[in-house]
Amino acid sequence: MSTITRREAVALGAGLAAVLAHPAIAQAPTELKLLAPAAPGGGWDQTARTMQSVLTGERLVRSAQVTNVAGAGGTIGIAQFVNSSRGDPGALMISGFVMVGAILMNKAPVTLDAVTPVARLTGEWQALVVSAASPIKSVADLAAAVKADVSRVSWGGGSAGGVDHITAAMFAGLAGADGGKVNYIAHSGGGEAMAAILSNRVTVGVGGVSEFEQHVKSRRLRWLGITAPEGTAGLPGPTLTAGGLKLELQNWRGVFGGPGLSDAQKAGLGEVVEKMAKSKAWADQLAAKGWQDTYLAADAFAAFLKEENARVEGVLRNLGLVRA
Amino acid sequence: METLSLLLNGLSIAIQPANLLFALVGVVLGTAVGVLPGIGPAMTVALLLPVTFKMDPAGSLIMFAGIYYGGMYGGSTTSILLNTPGESASIVTAMEGNKMARAGRGGPALATAAIGSFVAGTIATALLAIFAPWLAEVAIAFGPEDYFALMVVAFITVSATFGSSRLRGLTSLAIGLTLGIVGIDKLTGQPRLSFGVPDLLDGLEVTTVAVAMFAVGEAMAVAAQRGKEGEGTVEAIRGSLWMTAEDWRRSWKPWLRGTAFGFPIGALPAGGAEIPTFLSYAAEKRLATNPEEFGHGAIEGVAGPEAANNASAAGTLVPLLTLGIPTSATAAIMLAGFQQYNLQPGPLLFVTSADVVWGLIASLFIANVMLIVLNLPLVGLWVRLLSIPRPWLYGGILVFATVGVLAAKASLVELGVVLALGLMAYGMRRFDYPIAPVVVGMILGPMAETQLRRALQISNGDASVLVTSPISATLLAVAVLALLGPMLWARLGWSMKADED
Repeated sequence: MSTITRREAVALGAGLAAVLAHPAIAQAPTELKLLAPAAPGGGWDQTARTMQSVLTGERLVRSAQVTNVAGAGGTIGIAQFVNSSRGDPGALMISGFVMVGAILMNKAPVTLDAVTPVARLTGEWQALVVSAASPIKSVADLAAAVKADVSRVSWGGGSAGGVDHITAAMFAGLAGADGGKVNYIAHSGGGEAMAAILSNRVTVGVGGVSEFEQHVKSRRLRWLGITAPEGTAGLPGPTLTAGGLKLELQNWRGVFGGPGLSDAQKAGLGEVVEKMAKSKAWADQLAAKGWQDTYLAADAFAAFLKEENARVEGVLRNLGLVRA
Repeated sequence: METLSLLLNGLSIAIQPANLLFALVGVVLGTAVGVLPGIGPAMTVALLLPVTFKMDPAGSLIMFAGIYYGGMYGGSTTSILLNTPGESASIVTAMEGNKMARAGRGGPALATAAIGSFVAGTIATALLAIFAPWLAEVAIAFGPEDYFALMVVAFITVSATFGSSRLRGLTSLAIGLTLGIVGIDKLTGQPRLSFGVPDLLDGLEVTTVAVAMFAVGEAMAVAAQRGKEGEGTVEAIRGSLWMTAEDWRRSWKPWLRGTAFGFPIGALPAGGAEIPTFLSYAAEKRLATNPEEFGHGAIEGVAGPEAANNASAAGTLVPLLTLGIPTSATAAIMLAGFQQYNLQPGPLLFVTSADVVWGLIASLFIANVMLIVLNLPLVGLWVRLLSIPRPWLYGGILVFATVGVLAAKASLVELGVVLALGLMAYGMRRFDYPIAPVVVGMILGPMAETQLRRALQISNGDASVLVTSPISATLLAVAVLALLGPMLWARLGWSMKADED
């Protein structure tokens, strides 16, 4: 394969599939429909549009179309996707950590079990920060404050039950307090939360690493820790693990195919997505957006999902956001 | 002086032919999507983002800003002519503007909106250039308790404009507050009044409710009245198409006052464009020499809120450029646009990319001029819409409204909501309940609730935080004065008009 170009490989794959229609050969789609289960502008939408430009720019497919179906943490989008894309070898849905939580919290009738995992693509580490004026200087200081009185430590971040809330609850639990009692102040959109954190109104801020980088550089905020494993390259600040509290969590995003795909169709989708994820254009886009490349192929992704679902459900149950 | 030279440098970037072209494309697109229902400036910028990836950063940011300003203009046109506000910030404009249009004064209404937007946009952009870094510091000092106090001021001043009967006004307000509760509670993540319908979990869209209450309800009311005596046709033009000297005299103060409300509140991270339009409307009504004209097409009620709306758009750029904090949907997408070019808005942006920032600010001035040049000649064309026979006009409005709602959110539930609320609005009109408080309650209620609960959550339930912050204490004092003042003055036998101006 290394001697022929990508374009030839796709043409060859598609040609073979069309001529032979043999189930064992991957059927790579030539036209893709990407569903972003969120409004234009958000992380899922940006992922879909970045995929669109790389897929067509690298000529991996002839066309790629993005549609947005917003609402309820993506649970409306997934319901629509399952209805409209059964057996469709050219349909992909963007999803991620937030949808895992939203499905549990909203008791959504359609879950990620109904769709076909294709690949995990990107991820963002979470970070804990404090205002420059805060008396809290280290992870240990914060852990001690949380342990002393969990309700006195207020956390500022995004929507209730989202990745920020879960990070806060996990931190409190690991610090030896009841994670379910964490005093989490939910904000809609990054702007309001940032104002609360910058003005030292909340004890600690939680969010994606890239949201805070600029403010740490201008010395308005200080890193406490990042939820990456110790030794991860290219982090702008220390990890939580280095600070003495082993909390690892990533706000990941990936793509799913419709229900009822044959093995060949699944392999075809996987092939196109893998080529995209390994391209230089994709790497450049990730670098520009501050996203980590966390590519996992279908089977590994499916196993990861199972674990992630159990972990998120445990935290949300403890927060009282998911009831039996 | 340094600011001035930087701005001049920015102007030299903005008037490069290519950038002028981008500004023009932006304002034309923005006006178009503002006029079309369902496609707001936020969505337009989002759709254009991947297209502009390979373009020069200054050019595409200038275009985005043009779309933003243009959208604000375009939205007022449909509000005034068709009573279908395309975005929440032009809801107030619809209240007086549409009354004016139906009285044959659509021309002056559109003109005062356009010129008011120009005046407000220009002043606010100047303020942005001079005060942005300083204002950003003040704005983040605004805490939840201060926002709550601001909402209280808005509630109290706006409730004075609730029409003839207070009880009916409060009933309408309660309906609005209830509609505002629908969806997932922002602070705890629990669903409220969503009855297990997933489409309702994100709450009701303000524009959906506004379109249903204003446009659909009114179309039904008009249809029900047909054939009865005394129902004349709508006259497209009565009197002058342009603003008369009298119109100018009545408009210029509201323009300035609207700017004074819009810019600072727009600069607050949780300020938004709706509150300043409400406050401006309430202020104009209170200061008017002829308050009885309000509700029947007072030009001040168009001039003030439209200016406030546009000034707040410039205000939004303060936290975006200086702190990297997006405070509106469009600003959030513009932030993504900056990041696409590896420009990180924030305190360092003015230092690291001064060219881009000042080019952007300068092009806002240019966009403003282009908008007024583009819009004023169109006024005559727009008002002709009203000479369409009524059954066709209202039929068209219904189509326009439903298509708009479906374009914004393609779901049958949304359509059902429009029809159900439209029917309710018809009932309310029939029994003389005012419509505006429903929309006011729906916008302000959830904001006030969230901020109050946030304030109490941070203070661990200590309610004294509401009065110990100097900002909230001042605002609450204003609210008390607004509530009790008129009663006291009346008791003391003072005429309210005596000591004004």
